[in-house]
Amino acid sequence: MKFSTKEIPKVLGTLSNVGTIFKKELRSYFNSAVAYVVIVVFLAIVGWMYTSSMFLINVASLRMMFELIPLVFLFVVPAITMRLLAEEKKAGTIELLTTKPLHDWEIVAGKFLAAWALIGIALIPTLIYYVTVVFLGDIDNGPVIGGYLGLLFMAGVYVAIGLLASSFTENQIVAFIVGLLLMFVFFMMDKVLIFVPDFMTSIVEYLGIDFHFSNIARGVIDSRDVVYFGSVLGFTLYLSVVSLEKRKW
Amino acid sequence: MAIAVRNLTKLYGSEKAVDAITFDVKTGEILGFLGPNGAGKTTTMKIITCYMPPTSGMVEVEGLDIAEHSFEVRKKIGYLPEMNPLYLDMNVVEYLEYSARLHGLKDALLRSRLKEMMDVCGIADVRHKDIGELSKGFRQRVGLAQAMIHDPEVLILDEPTSGLDPNQIVEIRNLIRQLGRAKTVVLSTHILSEVQATCDRVIIINEGTIVADGTLEQLQQDFRGSERISLELKANTTNAMTVIYPKFKDIRHVESVEYGGQEGEVHKFSILAEKGFDVREEIFRRAVSEGWVLMEMSRKATSLEEVFHKLTTAETIITKQ
Repeated sequence: MKFSTKEIPKVLGTLSNVGTIFKKELRSYFNSAVAYVVIVVFLAIVGWMYTSSMFLINVASLRMMFELIPLVFLFVVPAITMRLLAEEKKAGTIELLTTKPLHDWEIVAGKFLAAWALIGIALIPTLIYYVTVVFLGDIDNGPVIGGYLGLLFMAGVYVAIGLLASSFTENQIVAFIVGLLLMFVFFMMDKVLIFVPDFMTSIVEYLGIDFHFSNIARGVIDSRDVVYFGSVLGFTLYLSVVSLEKRKW
Repeated sequence: MAIAVRNLTKLYGSEKAVDAITFDVKTGEILGFLGPNGAGKTTTMKIITCYMPPTSGMVEVEGLDIAEHSFEVRKKIGYLPEMNPLYLDMNVVEYLEYSARLHGLKDALLRSRLKEMMDVCGIADVRHKDIGELSKGFRQRVGLAQAMIHDPEVLILDEPTSGLDPNQIVEIRNLIRQLGRAKTVVLSTHILSEVQATCDRVIIINEGTIVADGTLEQLQQDFRGSERISLELKANTTNAMTVIYPKFKDIRHVESVEYGGQEGEVHKFSILAEKGFDVREEIFRRAVSEGWVLMEMSRKATSLEEVFHKLTTAETIITKQ
């Protein structure tokens, strides 16, 4: 296979553009109160709901936590992503950004990664609960690793959906609500199967995000689930790029 | 040629924002883009800066077509959009560094450009302040520094002085003049004095079409109507129309004479001369030879305001009919 050295500066340029936007977005989460609020809210809600039930079932596992966090995601993720593009549109800074020598997808990628990273950072303190459980009893590590991995995959898809919602409007509230609704649709799909005609159940179940999450959270990493997360993520990000290019129509 | 625009048309739905305009901007020129609000200035600038594509027509920046070489074009342009959008939660250095990095600047070059632009634009003292805390004048300087950070060949400034107080306007204009020495600058405005203060050449645009293109002197010349001279003179007569009026009407190159009434012994006249002729000397001679005392004589040339007004309103009426 031939590899042209001319491509190297291009690739590096792209990486550095994505990196520049990523850093700026992540910094602005921490400059404003957003990041800290997210982290605290996350820790508080998860901690309270989780510990209040753990001693009732008396089992050393994080299963309850992994069932709870996807619900918390539904409200936290759109709150993080709503500003990503809507704010730039409202302030007019999108015009500055898109007249720089950048590809639109570099903008989308940088912003996506920043919001995703923030969720990742917010998940770190929840390891405290893991540590407590380790002290309390024997824990099976497979589901824990799978659970965290599943959460990251899920967060990725949700962030991409939230970013897409943010690209539709310059109003952050609208972006929040649209994002929440879209995420809710994906979240509910595998829970409404009894209302779905028989021949469609397997398709709808496959589209449901919680179905794939619970597969991974059991500690089994199946390529079908990974493909699901990858393709939904990729497709949603692609739609965001298209939506950003809408100005050119 | 720094910028060449050919038959540029932009439709928003069925509405024509820009209608087949054609113009050139020479390298090193400061061009004023003048027109009332909604004339198509901003749309034209958004197309040149590759923010959005035209419906039809062609634009070249430094010889590069904006459709084919959008990337190269964007590297060559520094852009200050309308209303000067900024990230209010970033501080000045962070913001300029962000802009510079997106233009591919790094390391030593980045640092030296940062320092240079902060010095030139006079924002070195506020560099660690959040942009949200700055006054409008400083924000405008930050916007200009951002547009200049990568040392572009072409500067596109959309209403760079709107919303500033008179002192800030003067400062920003000086800054633009200073920066514009080595650059090609296109700036839009709806304020005429702005063009007079900063630009070498002006294009007046109205309802999406160019109605005038040239230097200020040329425009003033081209659109100057006949000169009007107003006159007050003291004469001991009650019948000005038969005694004074014919004397002035006689003068060569006088088109018409209007009598404006009298106050005591002072009679008022308004005299219209043919284009390009000065009849004041002859008026003076006649008055002296008749023994009338000139109390006041003044000449009104068509001002640029009038030219602008004429171009952007009369034209409208004609096209609407």
